[in-house]
Amino acid sequence: VLFRQAPRMFAQNSRNFASPVLLLVLLGCVLCPSAQASKSSEDIRCKCICPPYRNVSGHIYNKNVSQKDCNCLHVVEPMPVPGNDVEAYCLLCECKYEERSTTTIKVIIIVYLSVVGALLLYMAFLVLVDPLIRKPDLYTQPLHNEEDSEDTRSLARVPTLAGARANTVLERVEGAQQRWKRQVQEQRKTVFDRHKMLS
Amino acid sequence: MVNAGDMNGSGNLMDFLDEPFPDVGTYEDFHTIDWLREKSRDTDRHRKITSKSKESIWEFIKSLLDAWSGWVVMLLIGLLAGTLAGVIDLAVDWMTDLKEGVCLSAFWYSHEQCCWTSNETTFDDRDKCPQWQKWSELLVNQSEGASAYILNYFLYIMWALCFAFLAVSLVRVFAPYACGSGIPEIKTILSGFIIRGYLGKWTLLIKTVTLVLVVSSGLSLGKEGPLVHVACCCGNFFSSLFSKYSKNEGKRREVLSAAAAAGVSVAFGAPIGGVLFSLEEVSYYFPLKTLWRSFFAALVAAFTLRSINPFGNSRLVLFYVEYHTPWYMAELFPFILLGVFGGLWGTLFIRCNIAWCRRRKTTRLGKYPVLEVIVITAITAIIAYPNPYTRRSTSELISELFNDCGALESSQLCDYINDPNMTRPVDDIPDRPAGPGVYSAMWQLALALVFKIVITIFTFGMKIPSGLFIPSMAVGAMAGRMVGIGVEQLAYHHHDWIIFRNWCRPGADCVTPGLYAMVGAAACLGGVTRMTVSLVVIMFELTGGLEYIVPLMAAAVTSKWVADAFGKEGIYEAHIHLNGYPFLDVKDEFTHRTLATDVMRPRRGEAPLSVLTQDSMTVEDVETLIKETDYNGFPVVVSKDSERLIGFAQRRELILAIKNARQRQDGVVSNSIVYFTEDPPELPPNSPHPLKLRRILNLSPFTVTDHTPMETVVDIFRKLGLRQCLVTRSGRLLGIITKKDVLRHMAQMANQDPESIMFN
Repeated sequence: VLFRQAPRMFAQNSRNFASPVLLLVLLGCVLCPSAQASKSSEDIRCKCICPPYRNVSGHIYNKNVSQKDCNCLHVVEPMPVPGNDVEAYCLLCECKYEERSTTTIKVIIIVYLSVVGALLLYMAFLVLVDPLIRKPDLYTQPLHNEEDSEDTRSLARVPTLAGARANTVLERVEGAQQRWKRQVQEQRKTVFDRHKMLS
Repeated sequence: MVNAGDMNGSGNLMDFLDEPFPDVGTYEDFHTIDWLREKSRDTDRHRKITSKSKESIWEFIKSLLDAWSGWVVMLLIGLLAGTLAGVIDLAVDWMTDLKEGVCLSAFWYSHEQCCWTSNETTFDDRDKCPQWQKWSELLVNQSEGASAYILNYFLYIMWALCFAFLAVSLVRVFAPYACGSGIPEIKTILSGFIIRGYLGKWTLLIKTVTLVLVVSSGLSLGKEGPLVHVACCCGNFFSSLFSKYSKNEGKRREVLSAAAAAGVSVAFGAPIGGVLFSLEEVSYYFPLKTLWRSFFAALVAAFTLRSINPFGNSRLVLFYVEYHTPWYMAELFPFILLGVFGGLWGTLFIRCNIAWCRRRKTTRLGKYPVLEVIVITAITAIIAYPNPYTRRSTSELISELFNDCGALESSQLCDYINDPNMTRPVDDIPDRPAGPGVYSAMWQLALALVFKIVITIFTFGMKIPSGLFIPSMAVGAMAGRMVGIGVEQLAYHHHDWIIFRNWCRPGADCVTPGLYAMVGAAACLGGVTRMTVSLVVIMFELTGGLEYIVPLMAAAVTSKWVADAFGKEGIYEAHIHLNGYPFLDVKDEFTHRTLATDVMRPRRGEAPLSVLTQDSMTVEDVETLIKETDYNGFPVVVSKDSERLIGFAQRRELILAIKNARQRQDGVVSNSIVYFTEDPPELPPNSPHPLKLRRILNLSPFTVTDHTPMETVVDIFRKLGLRQCLVTRSGRLLGIITKKDVLRHMAQMANQDPESIMFN
């Protein structure tokens, strides 16, 4: 019994904590690297693009300098034109200072891929494995008529006394997952089948 | 009510797993809230806190925390919205390039990032570097030739299909509410409608993840509308942490209005434009206090996005432009022409898209959503790859079209014939004749324009997150750029014509085609969404200068006038009408001369109004009445003979009160009399214990007389946010008008189908 319930418990537990925790992890992972001010040498550059001039072909120069040194005179080395033409040549060049954060990019892409991977695995579980686990329980669940008006259900429903319900964590988690599944099913019916919302 | 947390020792951590008890005062799904009651509850809460704050220091501190909680919520919303927008931007950047190749040194770099530190880029081949390889180079070691082209083509289509299929499966399995743009539904929610789960945590997660996937798959859609939905989900999440907002639906909607502003702010890098967009397009009631808080949330979001720096140069949007070349009065004529084009395109798009969406709703096409997404993605990828302007992502296309051609651009669009002896600095290039590259770019752009116009009609509204700001801006930018190049060449070759002679000397830089692209983008966006002020503000925040306000305004105004001549609704209002949401638009004018008697229920020949009496009905009678009818509330009158009105009782509260009474109060049985007065009625001895329900009675329902003109009634519903209104004559209750009746009446007056208003 325990063996059969273990993957279910894992899935349900992970589902309930999944989305808020994932959000907070995302927030933390992203803000922390961007808050760090350390910049590796890969992360800043001054890029000067110089078009063709007389018999000199166009060229792109990259150099790792600070923002106040980001101009043609510091970056373009070796200077392809003689000294008296340097000013005219530099007027044509356009220099831009750019910086990026490689850590941020790496963290965000890896976190995103892991989130997609986790969702894929959970989707595969829900679509393929879960119906096989749940088959023996189909007979124990009461037949649920979806078209019951909510009022008669609520008039008839008596809340369970505190002592009788939720004696194990497992049952509460299972109840929460059943509720979530029902909600998603309702949403799916509204949007995909009855086309009542979202055209 | 039994609180499980007290009785069960396993702690409050697990309480959120339990089904929430329906409380008196919460609303059912797909119902409208009672704005007046929410407002009065908030005033009561505030008064209680203020009176308690004088008691002790701790209470005073609690009152301060309560006052500050609004600002804390805005700060959190701004942080999360900015972070999610940064994640989305970076992930889209990488995954879009993944369709074409991969970076060998580190797989998580996009094309531009991969070649960042490379020294092998040359002036002519700025994009090539050995670390980035296309798929054909990686797999079969060939980079040119027919087989390489076909292999790249095939893999491009495969990646696009893979992304789209993954996105639609995730939406279908986990959060079906994550599809579509989200703005029509958010407009309805902000007007007082309840859609449970639409702003939930799973919807937030799935919308963020699938938005990246669908934008990367190359489909003709944008991410701005879905970003508003994402930001509103963040707003809902944080407002549920504070009881001031979680228990009051009216206050929660103030937070959601501000969150929508933060969403637009990070989408465009335009905080002021975001606030104005929230004010103009999305919100229903926008008190002035919300204005300042929305601005704060938008600023925090923009600042967070800037610190993540997704585009590597401290800009928030990919297509920020920075030139300041002047424009001339004579150019207003082509700008107005672009406005007319924008208005016409907007009308065409709205009509075709609504027709296609209606077909999806009603015919068998709607039964195959996954297949539809895959087919549209395949068509888009197959047609988009050969044309270099549609192969790249739409944001990059817009960026290239907005940018002016300096001497340094090497794209085809800037292939002008240069004077080899020219020594002018980069930002003062005069007008030049077009080279062959420009001509081929023009016809490629024309083909891309036609393709985008057609495919966006089928893409918007599919069961994936889809926005339409970026495609409309792309259509306008392409049209604008073509017009701009045309005017530029005309000015160059015919500079002695009268219209050019005054302002365009040969050798001067007269015409900036990039500006025409911007004006075209604004015109098309205005034609589709019918935004006015917010559009102009967003566009000039995008361009960073106030010089271009007049052309942008001219185009926006013209496009709105032209589009309004054909139909009054923007795309979002049209989708609201298509889905039948109960949204009472403030922009609709009601000018018919009907009276309240013409609209009220019951009409002549219908069953009489179901009412409750003050003290002559039993519990069983009330339960039967509730079971047999499905009205949301019942008026309470003195007696069946004299139908003088006492108040109004909500169905949900009646059910809960009776249920509670049966369980907890002794002696309440089916035969007990239900009374709504202060004192119990005179009862014979040995009768069962009566049930007092005065506390759930609304003693001040809104009433109008039967001769009130409907104009006034509609105004009352709009301004006060009513759900129903009772009609009396000489103090006697005649009937009831609900919001649905008002909407149906307005639809009937406008010759639309009144039965299309669904949802009660």
